[in-house]
Amino acid sequence: MNKQITVTVNGTEHTLEVEPRLLLVHMIREVLNLTGTHIGCDTTSCGACTILLDGKSVKSCTILAVQADGKSIKTIEGVSAEGQLDSLQEGFHLNHGLHCGFCTPGMIMRATELLENNPNPTEEEIRWGISGNLCRCTGYNNIVKAIQYASAKNRGVETASTEPEFV
Amino acid sequence: MQQNTSAIDRRKFLKLSGITGTGFLIGLNRGLANTVVTGYFQPGADVYEFTPLINIEKSGTITIFNTRPEIGQGTWQAVPSMIAEELEVSLDQVTIVQTGGEKKYGPTQWVGGSSSVRGAYTDLRKTGASAKEMLQKAASIKWNVPFEECYAANGKIFHKPSGKSLGYGELAEAASKLEVPAAPKLKDPKDFKILGKATPRPDVPLKSSGRAVFGIDASTPGMVYASIERCPVMGSKLVSFDDSATKNVKGVLQVVKSERIVGIYRYETIAVIAENYWAALQGRKALKVKWDYQGRESFNSKNFETKLRSLSSQEGLLDHSQGDFEKSFSAAAIKLEAFYETPFVSHSPIEPMNCLASWTAGNKLEIWTSTQVPGDVVSGTAKEFAIPEDNITLHTLFNGGAFGRRLINDYIYEAVDISKKISKPVKVIWTREDDTQQGPFRPLTFSAMKAGLSADGKAIAFQHKVIAPSLEATLEKNHDKTKVNKTMTEAISEQKYEIPNMKNTYVAADFDMPLLYWRAVTSTTLAFAHECFIDEMAVKAKKDPLDYRLGMVKKSSDTEKLLRKLKEVSNWNKKLPAGWGRGVAQYEFFAGLCGQVVEVSKKGKGIKIEKVYAVIDMGTIVNPDTVKGQVEGAIVMAISAAIKSGITFDKGQTMQTNFHNNPVLRINEMPVVEVHIIADGGEVIKGAGEPGLPPLAPALCNAIFAATGKRIRRLPFDINNI
Ligand code: FES
Ligand code: FES
Repeated sequence: MNKQITVTVNGTEHTLEVEPRLLLVHMIREVLNLTGTHIGCDTTSCGACTILLDGKSVKSCTILAVQADGKSIKTIEGVSAEGQLDSLQEGFHLNHGLHCGFCTPGMIMRATELLENNPNPTEEEIRWGISGNLCRCTGYNNIVKAIQYASAKNRGVETASTEPEFV
Repeated sequence: MQQNTSAIDRRKFLKLSGITGTGFLIGLNRGLANTVVTGYFQPGADVYEFTPLINIEKSGTITIFNTRPEIGQGTWQAVPSMIAEELEVSLDQVTIVQTGGEKKYGPTQWVGGSSSVRGAYTDLRKTGASAKEMLQKAASIKWNVPFEECYAANGKIFHKPSGKSLGYGELAEAASKLEVPAAPKLKDPKDFKILGKATPRPDVPLKSSGRAVFGIDASTPGMVYASIERCPVMGSKLVSFDDSATKNVKGVLQVVKSERIVGIYRYETIAVIAENYWAALQGRKALKVKWDYQGRESFNSKNFETKLRSLSSQEGLLDHSQGDFEKSFSAAAIKLEAFYETPFVSHSPIEPMNCLASWTAGNKLEIWTSTQVPGDVVSGTAKEFAIPEDNITLHTLFNGGAFGRRLINDYIYEAVDISKKISKPVKVIWTREDDTQQGPFRPLTFSAMKAGLSADGKAIAFQHKVIAPSLEATLEKNHDKTKVNKTMTEAISEQKYEIPNMKNTYVAADFDMPLLYWRAVTSTTLAFAHECFIDEMAVKAKKDPLDYRLGMVKKSSDTEKLLRKLKEVSNWNKKLPAGWGRGVAQYEFFAGLCGQVVEVSKKGKGIKIEKVYAVIDMGTIVNPDTVKGQVEGAIVMAISAAIKSGITFDKGQTMQTNFHNNPVLRINEMPVVEVHIIADGGEVIKGAGEPGLPPLAPALCNAIFAATGKRIRRLPFDINNI
C-alpha cells in the first residue's frame, strides 16, 4: 500500500504517493528528479547522499521517504539559485575543492550545517565535522580550504586566498 | 575582490549551465541545466568548422570539442585550454562540448595513462593556431592589408595601424574556406595567458550546485531500471533460477537472462527489470539462484599467496639483464635478500558503475554513461552487437571517478544487451557491493629482491624478480605467455640507478578472474618493493638513504634533479623531533616521475603520518593547481592502498563488500601534503594523474623504519599497530 506524504523540498511543497519502504534518496533522485544528491554506497558510509532534513544533515540513504513526511528537505539544488554560487560553492570553485565532484554535493550539505552551528570552526573541527563524508579523489585538503573560505566570507573577513586569475 | 569574482563566476556559470537563453545548450535531464555532450549539441545557424574540434558561428559563438572525458583529472579544462590559448580566446568565451566517440573527432577519445596533456600539447596548440591564422588571413584579405599588420586577441582580429577590428564570427565564413596552414606559428610560452596558470576549473560551479550530469544521473522517457545478479564466485555456471518471489515485488516488470562480458570472460547473469531502482533491488534480493561453481569455490587468498611464494624459486622470464648478476652477487662482500608482498585492490570510484542504453527499431542504439573510452565504447559495442558504428549515439557524461575502472565496457554491454532483449531504455546501476566484489581488480605483485654490495656499500648486483598473475592474460585471448608481460614488471628495469650487474625477471602465476589497470597500475606495488629494498641497501651500506640514491643515480638525469629538489624542499637534513622518522622514495614509469619524502611520528602502538613532501617532474604544465590536486589525490589513494584493506578471496568469493570493510582514507586521517612541481618548460611533457602514487608506500615504510626500526614488507599493514 502506498502512503501519501507531504514534504517541502527546496521551498516547494510536494504531495507524493510513495512505497512505505522507499528510501528517501531514491525519492529525491527518481521521483523528484533532483539528481544532485548522489548515491555512493547505500549503506551510510560515504555521505554522497547527504541532505538537510529540517536543517539537520542526514544521509538520505538511511531513512525512508515516509519518515520525511511533514518535514522540510534541502538538497544541493536548493543551496543557491541557478546561475549563482553561495559562499561554500564559491569556496570549492576558488580552492579547487573537487576533482570528479561526485562527493561534493554531500560535502557542501554537511558543511552548510557545520557552519550554521559553528560559523568559525577550527581546522580540526572542520576535519572532524566532515569525517563522515568520503572523497575518493581529492586528498581533502582543498575541501578544508573551501570551507575555511566560506566561513571567512560569511563572517565578512578578508580571506587569505590570492586573487584568482581567471581565464 | 570577491564581488569581482562572483561576477565572473556568474558569467561562466551561466554559459556552462545552459541557461544563457541562446538555446543551443540543451539540458538532458528533464529541464535541469547541465553540461553539453555532442549528442545534444545543436549549433546555431551559419556554423563553420575549422578542424572538427573548433566551430565558429556567425553569431560569434565559439565551440571547442573536448575528446578527453572528465574523470576528475581536469581534462574538461586542460584540453580546451590548449586550443583556446593559441586561438586567442578565453575559456569564458567558448562552449565546451564533450564528444561521444564519433569518428570525426578522431582517435584520442579516451583517457588513461596520464596522457591527455602530454600526448596532445603540441597538436592541440597547432589546431588552435591554424584556426587563428585562417581568421587573421581572412581579415587581412577583407581589409586588403598585409597579414603581418594584423593580430588576434580576445576573439577578434585587429589591424594594428588603424586599430579597426572584426570579431571571429564576422570572419568565420571567409576564414573557413581558406587553406589550413601546414605549419602554423605557435606562441612563445612567455606570452601565454592560460597555459601554465592556476585557474579555477570551469566544471566546478556545475558540480558544486548539483547541476552537473554524471552517467548515473541520466534519464530518458520510458526508462526502466535493472539490477543484475552476478554469481559471487565469478565464472560459475548458471544452473537454474526461481523468480516467483521476485515477480511479486511491486514495480518489478520482468526478469531476463543476460551476460557480463569482461576481458576474456563471459559471465552469465540475471537482470531484474523494474519501474524504479528500489524495486529492481528488492526483486533481485528475492531471486533464488542455483549456480555451479565448477570447483572455483576452493580458491582462496591464503593458498594463492603460498603458491606465489613457492613460485619465487622459479627462474622466470627475463625482463632485463646487464652485466653478470649471478657472478657478482655470489662474489659480493655484503649480500641481502628480501621478499615483498602486496594485495589486490579495487578501483572503487565513488560513482558506482552504471549505464543507460536504449535499443530501438532498426538496430539504433543510444547510450548514456560515464566512461574513460568513448571511442572504444562505440567501436566495441558495434562489434559486440554486430551493428554499424553509425547506428550508435553515445553521450559521454561526467565520471564520478574512474581510476582505470572505466577503461572497459562490461557495464555498458550489460545495459545494451538488456535493452535489446526488452526493447526499452534501461538503466543498469551497480550497487557498491557489486562494484567491490566483481572486479576487475588491480593485480597483486610479490617481489623477490636480491642485492650485492661491495665492502664499502656500493651496489654492484641487483635483482627484482616479480611473481604475479598476468593482467593482460585476463584481458586478451591471444596473450602470449612465453613473453614477459611488461605491465607486470612495469619500470623495474628503467629506474636511473646505475648498478653494473642487474637481472630482473617475471614469474607468471595462474589466476582466473578479471584484472585491470589501476591508477599507476603495477608501479604502485613494484615501487614499494623496489624503493624499500634500495633503502635496505642504504642501511646495510650505512649511508643516508637519500644520499645513497644520489650516489647511484645517473648524473644530470631528471631523477637526480628530482632527488636534489626533494632534499631541499623537505629540509632533509634538519633534525626531526624525537620519535619521528622520515623516508624517501621515487619512481619513474610510463606516466612520469615523482618523488616523495614522508615524515611520521610514533603514536602509542602505531604511527601517525605527519607530512608528505612531493616533487613531480613535469617539463611543461597546463594548470599547476590541477597538477597539485592530482598529486595530492594520488597520495590519498596510495595511503588508502597501503594501510587499509585490500581485496582478498575465500571460497572463491571476494571477502570485501563495501566501504566499511574496504575502506578509503577519511578526512581526519589525511596528512598535510606539500607539492612542488619541476616545470622547466621542456619539450618532454610528463603526466600528472598517476606519478604521485608509486612513491608513497615505500617512502612511508622507509619513514616507519627510520622512526621504529621496523621494516614493513607487506601491504596493507595496520598503521595503528606497528
Ligand atoms: S549513499 Fe548514503 S552514505 Fe553512501
Ligand atoms: S571529488 Fe571525486 S569523490 Fe570527491
